[in-house]
Amino acid sequence: MTAEAERLKIVFVGHVDHGKSTLIGRILHDTNSLPEGKLDLIRQACAAEAMEFEYAFVLDALLEEQAQNITIDTTQIPFRTAERRYVIIDAPGHKEFLKNMITGAANADAALLVIAANEGVREQSRRHAYLLSLLGVKQIVVVVNKMDLAGYSKDLFREIEREYRAFLATLGMEPRLFVPASAKQGENVARPADAVMPWYSGPTVLQALDQLDGSRTAHEQPLRFCVQDVYRFDERRIIAGRIESGTLRVGDEIVFSPANKSSVVATIETWNAPSRSSATAGESIGITLREQIFVERGYVGSHQQETPIETNRVHADVFWMVDSPLRKGAAYTLRLATQEVRCQVVAIEQVMDSATLGITPGERDVARNEVARVTLQTRAPLVVDNHDRIAHLGRFVLVDQRRICGGGVVFGGVYTDRTSVKSQNISWSEGKITAHQRATRNGHRGAVVWLTGLSGSGKSTIARALEAELFRRAIHGYVLDGDNIRHGLNSNLGFSPEDRVENIRRVSEVAKLMADAGTVVITAFISPYRADRRRAREIALESKAEFIEVFVDAPLPVCEQRDPKQLYQKARAGKIRDFTGIDAPYEAPEDPEIAVRTDQQTVEESVSTILEQLLPRLRPEE
Amino acid sequence: MSARTHLDALENQSVFIFREAYHAFKNIAMPWSMGKDSNVLIWLANKAFFGRVPFPVLHIDTTYEFPEMLEFRDWAAKHYRLKLIVKINEEARARGVGYERHDPVTVTHELKTVALQQVLAEHKFDALITGIRRDEDPTRAKERYFSPRNAQYEWDYKDQPPEFWGQFASNPAPGEHVRVQPLLDWTEADIWRYIEREKIPIPQMYFARNGQRFRSLGCSPITKPVPSHAATIAEIIAELDQTKTSERAGRAQDHHERNAMQKLRARGFM
Repeated sequence: MTAEAERLKIVFVGHVDHGKSTLIGRILHDTNSLPEGKLDLIRQACAAEAMEFEYAFVLDALLEEQAQNITIDTTQIPFRTAERRYVIIDAPGHKEFLKNMITGAANADAALLVIAANEGVREQSRRHAYLLSLLGVKQIVVVVNKMDLAGYSKDLFREIEREYRAFLATLGMEPRLFVPASAKQGENVARPADAVMPWYSGPTVLQALDQLDGSRTAHEQPLRFCVQDVYRFDERRIIAGRIESGTLRVGDEIVFSPANKSSVVATIETWNAPSRSSATAGESIGITLREQIFVERGYVGSHQQETPIETNRVHADVFWMVDSPLRKGAAYTLRLATQEVRCQVVAIEQVMDSATLGITPGERDVARNEVARVTLQTRAPLVVDNHDRIAHLGRFVLVDQRRICGGGVVFGGVYTDRTSVKSQNISWSEGKITAHQRATRNGHRGAVVWLTGLSGSGKSTIARALEAELFRRAIHGYVLDGDNIRHGLNSNLGFSPEDRVENIRRVSEVAKLMADAGTVVITAFISPYRADRRRAREIALESKAEFIEVFVDAPLPVCEQRDPKQLYQKARAGKIRDFTGIDAPYEAPEDPEIAVRTDQQTVEESVSTILEQLLPRLRPEE
Repeated sequence: MSARTHLDALENQSVFIFREAYHAFKNIAMPWSMGKDSNVLIWLANKAFFGRVPFPVLHIDTTYEFPEMLEFRDWAAKHYRLKLIVKINEEARARGVGYERHDPVTVTHELKTVALQQVLAEHKFDALITGIRRDEDPTRAKERYFSPRNAQYEWDYKDQPPEFWGQFASNPAPGEHVRVQPLLDWTEADIWRYIEREKIPIPQMYFARNGQRFRSLGCSPITKPVPSHAATIAEIIAELDQTKTSERAGRAQDHHERNAMQKLRARGFM
């Protein structure tokens, strides 16, 4: 007996009445996948009812048998070609289509999209393609069906191909193949249609499926080993989890995020199986490490050179599946691989109706069956990848009241090189008093409020005013001021690029410690580089503190005119070098939590804008 | 490295589910009938937890067990170092519930389902790991890997939580428990191929003796052998490729009345 290879899962979609069921019935018939006598039974039943036999009845009959009196949400139907075995995933029903399609298509390796030649590209042809793109199903075969009703016209086929290809391109999708066929007549499904479509020399539907990639390419991607648990059943300390992408080998140095500690893989543990030296994507494994670093469920192992993103803020497209709407300001539990964190919806940028693909820009509640572009802020660090880079680490579900309410895919995250800031093998020591206890005692959580902006934009002024406002509210706030820091802690640093980076790193570390102590730290540094601010965020997240980036924004001419310390004047005169805005760049934040315009707002207005968004985040978790 | 097989994919997924369940629930138990699927579950648990089953294994003893099965139970419990809990619905037996006087649906309900509910209540289990497969029975087509049951042990198949991207309904409401079903995607043939590949011990009653073998094993008075000459796993697999009768054809409680299985299941049967 030869071991049977993994099956390819294909989801079948298409506009209603474009012949999806007929195509499935035809494939089952032509590949000899039907139980013996089934077809005769259906033919007899049709004859008795004086109905014309249709291949779609085959699928109906199978479903009926499976379903009895319960409705099926997704069906899995096996068939095989000479090349390999397949599972067809069919998501019938229009009412719960989104939920069914997501459940069915989320695990598909490929999709087959049916378009009727006589009707062309229709609403659902577009909608289904959009959902496939959202779910990251990349391998697509388009079958232009019912060619018999279109006179097997080459021109019509090419026209549909051109139109649909253009539409798919707007979604960033590139279909593998367009195949003209007639499922009803059996033309070009299993048997080539030389007689009726002599102009077509490409593969049949089945050949097109056989050309899809069976072996998933996930093992060639960067390693993501998602920890499920740490077992100590005996003398071994086994880190158990699944490899979502990439390859892990004994002897590899693995960095675990978010703690950023690394160790070397000592063994891959097995039971009743030969010992092994490597494992790849899709495998549930257990490993032991040479050095015993702290690891727990939710940690993600990767290789040093290709670490994932660590953040507390993600942009995502979220689809919603329950009646109670997704709202701005609402809190949910976010689950991504084995991570679980609380998060808050801080912005809803646009909402799309998944049926019509009509977009409403701006903020409103997100109803069932809608897809929204949102920004989420998490209460603890989250390890993610952009969905288009590593799908398994770029998708999550939102849970409310114990129920999975929606799912989302991450985009636009920024990768940073973490090799330079890593502290080797020093673990973050947890005291007896937890952050939660401190927050309860203080009445608020610790946080880092990171002000960034040009010299003269008003950072120090706003920082001082904000500190005073917090004090009035019995919140421990403290301003870390650039000049004060340079007097002591950083007195050995100059203004060279390296020293500036080190300056910001030390400030970030101090801010992290103070936030961990329960203080709301306000920093006021130009901090002109995105990468540095990104690192400041990652450092703050190590202590599980809130990190809030505030862009103190004023145009350069305004700042230069203010010039409180006459620095612009000196820079223009060439007396100081590398001055931000003059002869050194300022990289404005692309995605700050809060932005204030000090050329348009008074100091009080700026401070109240900040407070409005800051105070809710300082509340202790219940 | 050789390409992964269909069985590898099933094994990896089952191990993943075992570990998710072990993390999500404080108080898990795994019903064990000593049948082939149950023994595959024990095997997969050993794979998931590196040579141990870290939760108790439950045998709901109807008192109508085949002696050979009890013999196998005692051997396997020792072999795998299982924490075995044997449960009999003593109260029903005392009332005289049995095949001698009652129909199979009633007996199955009293001696299996009610016994299970009793043991769940006694030990406050919040999750049960079961060997349910989608291909076994039409009512099982809509099952999930993690399938919540309410306090009355009922299954609301009309409003099931979606299950995708490896995220399951892993936090039941108070009073609910969750059925975790790591074999959901396996077929009868997969089970046999895996038993063959891994050399998993199973009771000998599955193999043909005197032209008969048991395809599915339940209570002795109501479980009949099927005609067969399949004396090895390879022969059983070859036989399955030919056969068109269902696996549970020899199980009387399924056929006692129309929709018997569905009735049993809605009331908490597995």
